[in-house]
Amino acid sequence: MKVKVLCRNPDDYVRETTRDIQRVPRNYDPTIHPFEVSREYTRALNATKLERIFAKPFVASLDGHRDGINCLAKHAKTLSVVLSGACDGEVKIWNLSKRECMRTIQAHEGFVRGICSRFCGSSFFTVGDDKTVKQWNMEPPGRGLQEEPLNTILGKAVYTGIDHHQTEGTFATCGQTVDIWDEQRSSPIRSFSWGVDSFSCVRYNPVETELLASCASDRSIILYDMRESAPLKKIIMQLRSNTLCWNPMEAYNFTCSNEDYNLYTYDMRRLDVPVTVHMDHVSAVLDVDYSPTGKEFVSASFDKTIRIFPKNSGHSREVYHTKRMQHVICVKWSADNKYILSGSDEMNIRLWKANASEKLGLLTPREKAALNYNQKLRDKFQHHPQVRRIARHRHLPRDLFKQKRELREMKEARRRKAQNVRKHSKPGSVPLVTEKEKHVVSVVE
Amino acid sequence: MAGGGNNEEELSPDDEHIISASEEEDGSDDESKHAKLLEAISSLGKRKRMKRTERSEASVQVSEFSVNADGTGEKVNLSDLLGTMDKTPGAPNKTKQQLKNLQNRKETLELPLSKQQTEKIQREVAYDKSSKEVSRWETVITQNQKAEQLVFPLRQDPTGPKRMEQVVAGWKAKTPLEKEIFSLLHSNNQPIHDPLLTPAEEASIKAMSLEEAKIRQAEFRKARVLQSYYEAKARRERKIKSKKYHKLQKKAKVKAFLKQFDEMMKTDPAGALEELKKMELSRMQERMSLKHQNSGKWAKSKAIMAKYDDAARKAMQEQLEMNKQLTQKLVVPSDDDDDEERNVEEADALPDFVNDPEPILDSVNPWMRGKLTQEHSEPEVTAVATETADEEEEENEEEKLLREFERKRKLRQDEDDDLVPVPQEEKQEEVAGENVIQISDDEDKEEEEEEVVVSEFNSLFNRLMKSSSVPPVPEQTGAEEAELLDEGLVRVRTMDDLEALQQDVVMDTTQPAPASATPAPSMETTSEPPKKKKKKKGIDPNEVLTKEAKVIKMPLAPTVVEEEEEEVHAEQTAIIKEAFAGDDVISDFLKDKRKQEKAGQAEVVDLTLPGWGEWGGVGLKPSKRKRRKFRLKAPAPPLRKDQNLPDVIISEKRNSSVANHQVSQLPFPFQNSTQFESCVRFPVGQTWNTQTTFRKLTAPKVVTKMGAIIEPMSKEDLPPVKESSGAGSGATIVLGEKVEEETKKARRRNPLQKKKKKSRQ
Repeated sequence: MKVKVLCRNPDDYVRETTRDIQRVPRNYDPTIHPFEVSREYTRALNATKLERIFAKPFVASLDGHRDGINCLAKHAKTLSVVLSGACDGEVKIWNLSKRECMRTIQAHEGFVRGICSRFCGSSFFTVGDDKTVKQWNMEPPGRGLQEEPLNTILGKAVYTGIDHHQTEGTFATCGQTVDIWDEQRSSPIRSFSWGVDSFSCVRYNPVETELLASCASDRSIILYDMRESAPLKKIIMQLRSNTLCWNPMEAYNFTCSNEDYNLYTYDMRRLDVPVTVHMDHVSAVLDVDYSPTGKEFVSASFDKTIRIFPKNSGHSREVYHTKRMQHVICVKWSADNKYILSGSDEMNIRLWKANASEKLGLLTPREKAALNYNQKLRDKFQHHPQVRRIARHRHLPRDLFKQKRELREMKEARRRKAQNVRKHSKPGSVPLVTEKEKHVVSVVE
Repeated sequence: MAGGGNNEEELSPDDEHIISASEEEDGSDDESKHAKLLEAISSLGKRKRMKRTERSEASVQVSEFSVNADGTGEKVNLSDLLGTMDKTPGAPNKTKQQLKNLQNRKETLELPLSKQQTEKIQREVAYDKSSKEVSRWETVITQNQKAEQLVFPLRQDPTGPKRMEQVVAGWKAKTPLEKEIFSLLHSNNQPIHDPLLTPAEEASIKAMSLEEAKIRQAEFRKARVLQSYYEAKARRERKIKSKKYHKLQKKAKVKAFLKQFDEMMKTDPAGALEELKKMELSRMQERMSLKHQNSGKWAKSKAIMAKYDDAARKAMQEQLEMNKQLTQKLVVPSDDDDDEERNVEEADALPDFVNDPEPILDSVNPWMRGKLTQEHSEPEVTAVATETADEEEEENEEEKLLREFERKRKLRQDEDDDLVPVPQEEKQEEVAGENVIQISDDEDKEEEEEEVVVSEFNSLFNRLMKSSSVPPVPEQTGAEEAELLDEGLVRVRTMDDLEALQQDVVMDTTQPAPASATPAPSMETTSEPPKKKKKKKGIDPNEVLTKEAKVIKMPLAPTVVEEEEEEVHAEQTAIIKEAFAGDDVISDFLKDKRKQEKAGQAEVVDLTLPGWGEWGGVGLKPSKRKRRKFRLKAPAPPLRKDQNLPDVIISEKRNSSVANHQVSQLPFPFQNSTQFESCVRFPVGQTWNTQTTFRKLTAPKVVTKMGAIIEPMSKEDLPPVKESSGAGSGATIVLGEKVEEETKKARRRNPLQKKKKKSRQ
C-alpha cells in the first residue's frame, strides 16, 4: 500500500527567498508533547548557565585624572558625554563612545565637590573647596582661548554639593545652608537652615520639581519645598547619610546611602519608617543613583564594590568589583538604562553594563526573541534550587567575603542577644523592634 | 524729632552770627542796615526751607528718598489718635463710642507664639501640602507597578502624520542650493509648509491615547466606507433608466410617506396638520393645471392609439389615476386613504373610451369595469378597496421583480461565494427598501462579473471554486460552526490561563454547553473520549494486557510502507519471537506490580496474647472473639495512582535525585502549590505555542529604546485631576482649593510673579 503524505522535505518546497529560514511544520497538540515541563526546565538551566557565562559587565575604564574622582555628572541631553570632577580641582569631560577625554578644566582650587549639568545641556555648574560656584560652557572655547567660566559666584562658606532644577533656571547648593539660586543672580534667592552645621548632598526631585532633599552631617535628612520659606521635615537616623537620590518614576520615593553600610528607601509621606532597608555592603555606602526606569538603583561603597539593587528588594541582585578598583566615591546610571559609571579613589572612571550578560549592539529579531525567551525561562524557573544556585552565584574577593561573614555573625549574635534579653525579662518590657524601625531615631516636624 | 532738633541747633549759631554782623555795621547806614536785616531774615527763611537732611552716616532714621524722616523714632500712642478723633466733626458717634469702650478695656492680648512654634506650624502645613501634592502620583505609580510591560521613554513621539514644521524644525539648509531655494521661498513669502493637521485636530490627537485613536480611526473608516457606499448606490440608482423601477420607487416613497404621516398624526398633530396643508396646496395646484388630464400632446397621441394598444391605454389610465389621487379631497385626516369624493368634472374631461370596460378583464381591478359616473355614488370603502387592490396588483409585479432578482442573486452567489451574504430578513421589511438594496446588489454583481471577465485568472479561479464548492448555504453554516469551534480552540491555546486544556474538557463534559444553541458535532467528539475511558475501567486489565497490543501509527512516523519491507518486518518479528520465546515479560510485570501494591498496603497487626483472660497452653488457640478484637486492621492506604492503568507502575516514593531539582518551599508570590505548579506546567516556548502566543508570553517587562534618553516622569504624565463637586458645607473649602490651584497655575505660568510673592513672604 502506498500512502501519500504532505511533503516535509525542505528541499522540495520553495522558500520565498533563499535567506528565509527553513520552515518547521509543528503540531501544537499538547497530547503529543508530554515532556514540555522537563524540556523547558533543562532549557532554563542552560539559559541560566549561559547568562552567568556571558556576565562580563566591565566595559571600559577612563583614566586621565590625576587625583581621586569626587563627583560625576551626566550630560542632560547627550548620552555619550560625562563630566567628572577630581580631588585636585580638575574637571574632565569625557566622550564615552570614543572612551577619551574631550576637555580638561582646572576648575577649582582644592576638591571639586559637586558638578551638575544644566537641564538643557548647554552649560554645567561646579562647586569646589574654594567657596565658589562656577558655571561653564559645555562647548569648548575656541582655539587659543583659555578656559573661562561663564559665571563665578563667591560664597561665604565651602559648598559641598550642587544640583540643578529639572526645567527652570534655578539650582541648589549645600554647604553650611541649603541655598536656592537663580542663575541670573549672584546671591541665593532662598536659603534654608535648620540648626545644623553642614550638609553633604542636596538633590532636586525630578518629578515634583519644586521639592528638594538634603543630607546633613547631624545624621539627618531634610526635605524642602522651593516655594516655601521653611524646610518641611527632618528625619534623624542612627548614622549619617552620605547621599540620596529620588526615584525618577515615583515622585515620593527616595533612597539614601548611609554610613551604616545600608541604604534606605523612604516614602516622603511616611518618614518614620523606611519602606525598604537594602543591606549587602560591608562598608559605608558613599553614593547612590537610580536607573532612569526607576526600577533599580546602583550604590557605590567604601568597600570597593558597586551593587545593584531592585528598588523594593532588601538585597542586591548584582555586585561589581575589580582588583584595581578602590573605594568607589561616586556612581551614575546612564540615561538609556544600559550602563553604569563609577568613579573611584584610584583616579579611574569605569563603565559597566547595567545588565551584566547583555549583548551590546543591534540584535536581530531572532536573537531578541531567543534572549527574551531565555529571560522568561529564568524567571519561570527561578525558584528551582539548581537554577537559583547558578543564578545567584557571584565571586567576591576574599577579604570582602570574610568581612561579610563576620558581619553576618555579628548580626546573628546581636539578634540572639536581643532574643535572650527578651526571654529573661518581664514580658512586654523589651519590645520587638523590626529591622526597619531600628535605624530611624526620630522624625522632627 | 531728634534729627529735626539737631538741625535747628546747627542752624542757630549761624543766625546769631549774621545778626551780630548786622549790629556791628549799625552806625553807617540805618536804612541800608534795615534792608540788609530784612534780606538776612528773608534769606534765613529761604535757607531754612531749602535745607535738606543729608545722609552723612548710617542711620535708620534717614529716609532713602530724600524725605525728611521727622518723627520716625517717636511712638504714636492710641490716645493721640483718639484725641484727634474727638475733635474731628465728621466721625460718627458710634465709632467714637466704640473707641472709648476700647480705651476703657483693661484686658491684655495674648502673647504671640514664639518663633520656634510658628515655624513648626508653618513647616507642618507646608509638609502636609506637599505630601498631598505628591500623592497625586499614586495612581500612576501603582499602575506602572502592575503593568505587564513598561516601554521607556514614557513619552514616545506620537505616531501618525507630523506637521511639516515639526519635521523641518531641526533641519537647516546646508548646501548652497538649499540655501538659495530657501531664500527664494522666503523672499516670495511662499508657504514653506501646508499644515497637514489643523491645531484642533492636533489637540484631539494629543488628547487621545493610542487605543482610543485606533478605535476612533476604525469608526471613521467605517463611516467613510458606509458613506461612499451610499453615495455609489445613489449614483447607480440615478443612472437606472427603467421606468418601472422608478415608478416602483416613487410608489414606495409615497407609501412610506403615508405610513410616516399616520405616525405623525399620533405623535405630532401639528406637524401632521402642516403636511395636510401641503397636500391641500398640491391638490389645488393640480386642479389648476392640466398636467395629468390627458390634454397634452402626448396624451392626445396616446388617445389615438389607445383604441388598439393596451399599453397606451394603460399609460393614460395611470395618468388619470395620478390626477385622481392628487385631486382627492382630504376631509378626514384620520383616514389613511384620503380619498372620499371624486370630482365628476375631471372625469367629464376624459375621452369616453378610456372609461369603457376593458376587453381583457382585470379581476383585481373591478372598478375598471364601472363607469366614472357610477363611482361618484360609491361609498368610501370601495374606494379604499380599489386603492388597495391596485396596490396589490402593483405589488405582485414587484414581487415578480423581486423573485427575479432573487433568482439572479442566487445564481451569482453560487458562482462567487466570496460575496458577503445579504441578510434575508430585509425581504420581509419594507418593499421599497428591499427593492433598492437588491437592485443595487444586482448591479454590484454585474460589476463584479465584469471584473471577473476582465481578469482571466480570477475567472479561472472562480471556475475552480465552482467545481469544488459545496452548495452555499450548508457550507456557510459549517463554516460558522468551525469558527465557533476554532475560537474555543484558540482560546484554549492562547490563554495564559493555568489549567488550559483539561479544565475546558471537563467543563464540556459536565455541562451541556449553555451558550451554543446548535450543539456542534465536534463538541460531541471531544466529549466522547472520557466515556470510552469509563467503559475501559470495567475491563479486566489482565485481559487487556495479554491481548496483543494494537500497533498505533503515529502521525509523524513514516507512513509510506512498501510491501517488501513488510515481509522483511514479519521475518524480523519472527526471529525476535523465537529469541525471546521463554520470556513472559507481561506476567513478570504483573507480578511485580502486585508485589508493589502489596508492599504499599499496611499489614494487619495481631495483638492477641494467648492465655490472657482464658486458658492457655499447647494446642489451645485464643478464642475467635478475642482474635477478632485484637487484630488491628490498618486503615486502607490511599488509592494508587496506577490503579486503573494496567500497564504502568507509578512509584510514589520520594526520589532524592529528583528532589535536587524540585522546589521545597512555596515561593513568595504564590498562594498555594497548585498555583505554582500550574504556572510551571504551562510551557512558554516556541515548540508548544504559536508564534504570536510565544511573543506575547516572552515579552520583556521593561523595554527601552536604544540610544534614547529616558526622561523622568513629568507633570504631563499625570492624569487630569477630577474637580470635586462639593456643595453646601464644602463650598468654602472648594473655593479655597480653587484659589490654590489658580495660584499654582499662575506660578507655573509666570515664574517671575512667583518670585515676587516669595520675596513678599
